[in-house]
Amino acid sequence: MDVRLKVKRQDGTQPDSSHYDEYTVEMPEGATMLDALLQVRDYEDGGLALRYSCRSSICGSCAMRVNGRARLACKTKASDMANGDEPILVEPLGNMPVIKDLVTDMEVHWDKVRRITPWLENSGPEPEREHIVMHETMVDVSNALSCIQCGACVSDCTVLEVDKHFIGPAAFAKAYRFVGDPRDDTTMDRLKALSSAKGGIWDCTRCNICVEVCPKDIRPMDRIMQLREQVVNAGVEGGIGARHGTAFAGSVRRTGRLDEVRLLPESVGMFNAPRLLKELPGAFRMMRAGKLPWKDTLPLFSKPIAGIAHVRRLFDNARSEKKEAKR
Amino acid sequence: MTVFQHDVLVIGAGLAGMRAAIEAARNGADVALVTKLHPMRSHSGAAQGGINAALGEEDSWESHAFDTVKGSDYLADQDAVEIFAREAPGDIIELERMGTSFSRTEDGKIAQRPFGGAGFPRTCFIADITGQAILHVVYEQVLKLGITVYQEYFCTSLIVEDGEVRGVIAMPMITGDLAVMQGKAVIMATGGLGRVYAPTTNAIACTGDGMAISYMAGAPLQDMEFMQFHPTSLKDSGVLMTEGARGEGGYLLNSEGDRFMGKYAPNKFELASRDVVSRAEQTEINEGRGIDGCVLLDVRHLGEEKISERLWQIRELAIDLTNTDMVHEPVKVRPGAHYAMGGIKTDVDGAAPLPGLFAAGECANVSVHGSNRLGGNSLLDTIVFGRRAGVAAAAYVKQVASKSQISEAALAEDQNRIQQWMATKGSGGERPAVIRGEMGRMMREDLGIFRAREKLDSALAKIVELKGRFENVRLEDTGKVFNLDLLSIFELGGMLDVAHAMVAGALAREESRGAHTRLDFPERNDEKWLKHTVASRKEDGSPQLDYADVTMTKWEPEVRTY
Ligand SMILES: Cc1cc2nc3c(=O)[nH]c(=O)nc-3n(C[C@H](O)[C@H](O)[C@H](O)COP(=O)(O)OP(=O)(O)OC[C@H]3O[C@@H](n4cnc5c(N)ncnc54)[C@H](O)[C@@H]3O)c2cc1C
Ligand code: FES
Repeated sequence: MDVRLKVKRQDGTQPDSSHYDEYTVEMPEGATMLDALLQVRDYEDGGLALRYSCRSSICGSCAMRVNGRARLACKTKASDMANGDEPILVEPLGNMPVIKDLVTDMEVHWDKVRRITPWLENSGPEPEREHIVMHETMVDVSNALSCIQCGACVSDCTVLEVDKHFIGPAAFAKAYRFVGDPRDDTTMDRLKALSSAKGGIWDCTRCNICVEVCPKDIRPMDRIMQLREQVVNAGVEGGIGARHGTAFAGSVRRTGRLDEVRLLPESVGMFNAPRLLKELPGAFRMMRAGKLPWKDTLPLFSKPIAGIAHVRRLFDNARSEKKEAKR
Repeated sequence: MTVFQHDVLVIGAGLAGMRAAIEAARNGADVALVTKLHPMRSHSGAAQGGINAALGEEDSWESHAFDTVKGSDYLADQDAVEIFAREAPGDIIELERMGTSFSRTEDGKIAQRPFGGAGFPRTCFIADITGQAILHVVYEQVLKLGITVYQEYFCTSLIVEDGEVRGVIAMPMITGDLAVMQGKAVIMATGGLGRVYAPTTNAIACTGDGMAISYMAGAPLQDMEFMQFHPTSLKDSGVLMTEGARGEGGYLLNSEGDRFMGKYAPNKFELASRDVVSRAEQTEINEGRGIDGCVLLDVRHLGEEKISERLWQIRELAIDLTNTDMVHEPVKVRPGAHYAMGGIKTDVDGAAPLPGLFAAGECANVSVHGSNRLGGNSLLDTIVFGRRAGVAAAAYVKQVASKSQISEAALAEDQNRIQQWMATKGSGGERPAVIRGEMGRMMREDLGIFRAREKLDSALAKIVELKGRFENVRLEDTGKVFNLDLLSIFELGGMLDVAHAMVAGALAREESRGAHTRLDFPERNDEKWLKHTVASRKEDGSPQLDYADVTMTKWEPEVRTY
């Protein structure tokens, strides 16, 4: 079959050099995008730069954007990417600088990995032999750890696009691997750090894109949610995010409504005057636009909704179900 | 010119390299890793099945050692094997404490699965991502210790002065400017050479660089004729289906639906050692009982749950690459070029006969694998002998006097090579991929499972021809940044040299032993051939073959059956 490619070319040292080149290569049915690109490199254009090694979706080298979405070139069949009359669009990963063509500077990602203390901490007395741990726990840890750090989720993360400090889906998945490991004895410190760090777990907007693009089914967003849950369950103090969650749930349980006026002070801290003052102009603007139902907040007016008993029952059921599941 | 300076330079950041670096650092050396790939991209990460150690109460290191010696068809050095098997449990426990998430038994201990050629289930594993899981953990320790890593630095040659290793020359891919990296000791840990074959189970980066570079600098290569063919690789891509599939109970079937291994290994069936299983498969295929040049790997009877928990990676690979879901259908497999038993000759501390040079992992030959390696023994090799090389190199640098700075002149030869290649753009020369492709197919045809004089003669002629054509190889990319075209030419030059040593060794060895099967000499001949082949590079690039005794301690050669 003929595979038509339109590849973004760029010399990172010359920012204005970016352009697209088109190639057509004859490939066997079932050829991957990596096979096609290597065919180009070997026989059409020796200057094409891309990373690769294992060609079996395990080394994490070959992530790139194909038709606008981050994928592993060696796991993606060229025939599945065909676009009718249009050539297949191949571009480097997003959210990181380009070195050349499809090769990006992943240091931005490795820096974030270094921020989460990426090694097991265990200061206790060493066991005589191996640690005795439940098989299921090791399976869970191994699943999170089977992330190959390819950077696909980092590339397409919508939070990283606007906030460079966000630690990012892959690094959080790695953090989960340590938090979930019973052999690590710094769980509390880790949870505190993940919760209060600049760009920490509460900045994820749950857009789900990392889950969709992950070639290894790591579900990074779910790991972030699991981390949030652990932060709340462990009663970690100090994180705006955790307090936001508690305030949110508290409000709904109390009145059946989201009390947006109380939500802010409860999240950032009742006595956090500087932060509250900072939010004041925004609050006034919202009030003027009718977006802050302040009346409902005044004790006099604040009545629970009619079906509040039902709402509270839902909360209690959810809680007891979770306890069951834990056992 | 940039000059970097460290006590110990470790070339390669797979399991062997990183384990060596950690140990050298723990022993007080200033150590740096130099690697053409980011450490996490190293091929060790692709290892699926597991890592061996006699942990079980009924198991013993002696039994592990015996299985290894028998598997090697008695070519392994038995002193090295004893160290290997005895130190294995300690190393596994250490990996566990570093954070490796080994799969567990019911009572929470490290679980072990049966593997080929082993008298006991002694292969520790993490589902079928064993290599990746260990690679991550070992890299975490490198980060924790703050070891310097020069990543995406391609090492082109060793610097040797007055018969001693003084460092290496390397090219940072990002700038393309050659750099002198000065070190009192160099540990080669550059992994395998599978890419001299096409197809192969090995990653594209497994081009035998460290063997070629050391060989070029005067270090001998040992037992290069022994190449392991793994019984279960996918047909076109060569991608591996782990031995764990058979360890968990998978069958091999021929076109008639027979579990043919019963004929070849009546006791062990699919779990005979790899040379035996690969020969059996090839015989079935040659005698017309194959399907599309393959046999079938059938794991359906294990059930979806077990497959999803223990073999999920290969299930996904088979779906991605062959549209076969192993839960419902058997997958077509055939023997594929997999592991180089041969490598840089070292002693049990990783020291090569060239002062200051050490080697560990797949690029080294200690020798514990002899003429056929057991599954799960090679990851163990990287850990045990990586660690030992780290200790030995750290001790060695303490007793070497400091020397003057290396001058820029050291770069001249490599700079010249690059300049000459740069000038070939647009010439009528051949592209490296053409020469590489011909070499790979020739090696599979002529230096495959079954060998014979005629084919080996023609292989030798072909290598010489390809080396001649390589003189006119054509470079297309003349840029500096991330010039992979240049890199692939460096790699190809080395591969041709290494392949030459492999062919010459195979032609000379007139017997059948382990992975080396001569149709014209079908028997093992201990009287004449119970010895290592030692290849040194002559001035003209061809190998000079010498022979060295095998160290025997406890185990006399016996007839080998499974
Ligand atoms: C698919 C597959 C599955 C396997 N499964 C198993 C298994 O289950 N159990 C088992 O025991 N064994 C297994 N093996 C074998 C085992 O994985 C390898 O032998 C072992 O991992 C090699 O490790 P290493 O550290 O020597 O080399 P590698 O991990 O290959 O690392 C080589 C390093 O050298 C660097 N390098 C290479 N050339 C240069 C250069 N010129 N300059 C700078 N750096 C360079 C690379 O960047 C890399 O970091 C498997 C092999 C394959 C192919
Ligand atoms: S080449 Fe390794 S993940 Fe694609």
